Amino acid sequence: MSATVQSRLHLPVPETKNDAGLRRSGYRRRERVYQWLFLAPAVAYLVLFFGFPVVKNVAMSFQDYTTGTFYTGEAPWVGFSNYVTVLSSSLFSTSLINTALFTAGSIAGQFVLGLGLAVFFKRKFPLNGILRSLLLLPWLLPLIVSSAVWRWILDKDSGALNNFLESFGIISTGIPWLTSTSLALAAVVGVNIWIGIPFNVTVLYGGLQDIPDELYEAASLDGATGWRAFRHVTWPMLRPVVSVVLVLGVVYTLKVLDIILGLTNGGPANSTQTIATQSYALSFQNFKFGEGAAMGNILVLISLVFAVLYLRVNRRAVDE
Amino acid sequence: MTTNTQPNAAATEAAVRTGPGPLTAVRRQRGTRQGGTRQWGTTALALVFLAVMLFPVYWMINASLQPNGTTLQTSWLPLAPDFTGYATAISQQGRNLGTSLVVALGSVVFSLAIAAPAAYALAYFKVRGAGVVLFAILISQMIPGIVVANALYTAYNDLGLLNSIPGLILADSSHGIPFAILIVRAFMNNMPASVIEAAKVDGAGHLRAFWSIVLPLSRNALITAGLFTFLFTWSDFLFALTLTTTDDVRPVTLGIFQYMGAYVNDWSSVMATAVLASIPAIILLIAAQKYVAAGTTGGAVK
Repeated sequence: MSATVQSRLHLPVPETKNDAGLRRSGYRRRERVYQWLFLAPAVAYLVLFFGFPVVKNVAMSFQDYTTGTFYTGEAPWVGFSNYVTVLSSSLFSTSLINTALFTAGSIAGQFVLGLGLAVFFKRKFPLNGILRSLLLLPWLLPLIVSSAVWRWILDKDSGALNNFLESFGIISTGIPWLTSTSLALAAVVGVNIWIGIPFNVTVLYGGLQDIPDELYEAASLDGATGWRAFRHVTWPMLRPVVSVVLVLGVVYTLKVLDIILGLTNGGPANSTQTIATQSYALSFQNFKFGEGAAMGNILVLISLVFAVLYLRVNRRAVDE
Repeated sequence: MTTNTQPNAAATEAAVRTGPGPLTAVRRQRGTRQGGTRQWGTTALALVFLAVMLFPVYWMINASLQPNGTTLQTSWLPLAPDFTGYATAISQQGRNLGTSLVVALGSVVFSLAIAAPAAYALAYFKVRGAGVVLFAILISQMIPGIVVANALYTAYNDLGLLNSIPGLILADSSHGIPFAILIVRAFMNNMPASVIEAAKVDGAGHLRAFWSIVLPLSRNALITAGLFTFLFTWSDFLFALTLTTTDDVRPVTLGIFQYMGAYVNDWSSVMATAVLASIPAIILLIAAQKYVAAGTTGGAVK
């Protein structure tokens, strides 16, 4: 990418014979160098910390890259063998299904609750602004803090949730939210919904504010209020924002790592293992960096599908 | 490049683009005038929603004030606050909090130094590669953190940057730089070009116009970008987890993670550390309100 920018910035300036033209072209060239200097550090950073890792990761996925590599410097090329190992592992289908369930569940919950709250906060009432901004807190907390707190709340024996349910007689013994293979994924999704609600509320609320009041006034003259106003005015007008929120949500949720590692570390018995956590485990727990890279690239490919979707949706939103 | 749905550059752009229009202010003013019982009823309902959403935060503070060892039954209110958890947290995690602070401050300085000139270039120059750079920033948000960490680990190993504060500052800035470029650029886009042209007429070069006109005028955007960069780096867990292997340089996020493994019976210390690690977020929630909303050029152009 730097190459593109560089070549574009150093386009040959047509030579002219008269003095004014020469001065002009000299000025322009100097101007271009200046402009390039302002942009260069950022471009260099993006290349080194985003471009390089992606390329390096692709290379590593075709190499037998292990801890030994760090001592010997040797990482023999092995073709697609890392991909074959990763894809044929029984854990892959588990991780893929978990990733799909985690992403779909999180997005559905965050979006529905986020939209509900955004519509709610559209009403005029005292303290609206302050309460809405306090709602942002779960979004701003370090994820590892959130997962620590939730691990304590969801604790089987002394967690607040089980205590609460027991005190109302809803359950008689503690539910093993994070330690049961059948519940852990749902619990992790629940925590991730909690974390994602503020983002959804913020963006959807912004979208709602952009819908002109006149439309609602016109709709109410036609007898459309309440649910019908939402169905025929709010929803169609909000659609572009909704698409952006959903696609961005998917892209961000696919790569979630902190919350799962903090809550369950992928367990129990891999029941919360996703492609992202699996990539981490392969590289940094099993020290099979080549396989971890292959798993990471599969994640990139999946994200890419949604990234393309995002760009198309975004363009349509701008066109509209 | 956060590994979650945290505030993010692309999201911010979406939010900025879809943000409240000019009508909003007018509408809001009209609304606050007519306060009634029904509206306070809505406020009560909002308070209920907020109480549910913020319960975990309350629980964290409550649990941090419980005496050590009472894991069987935490009382619902910290009626007899006990600060043993905080004493343990500070003695065991104090150094990690310091490390996080140094890394986060370093990352703010580094990110702004890289992002501010780039934002200026992208906002004012008709650089032909600008579209490519912006596109690259948006795409960079979609690259999973684990992919970056995987490749950086090997490179850092060769360069001797593992377990080092500069190494963490560099890596963590990948959360802040794209965000800072987008938010400062959006701000500068709204600044009248006449301000800079006036400076140029006065004989100021690019560097001087940037340093003594554009930067001071962009103060609010820079503070906002800086605050968020601080928060991103402070919250970083992935790079702390993958790019450090010893106790020497250990950010507090990793400290909490390892605490959870070793000290699960001492939840008051874990929660006390969690509260201490949440302080920047709480400060930002109060401070950023002001800076995000703050006006742009003020009285610069008459």
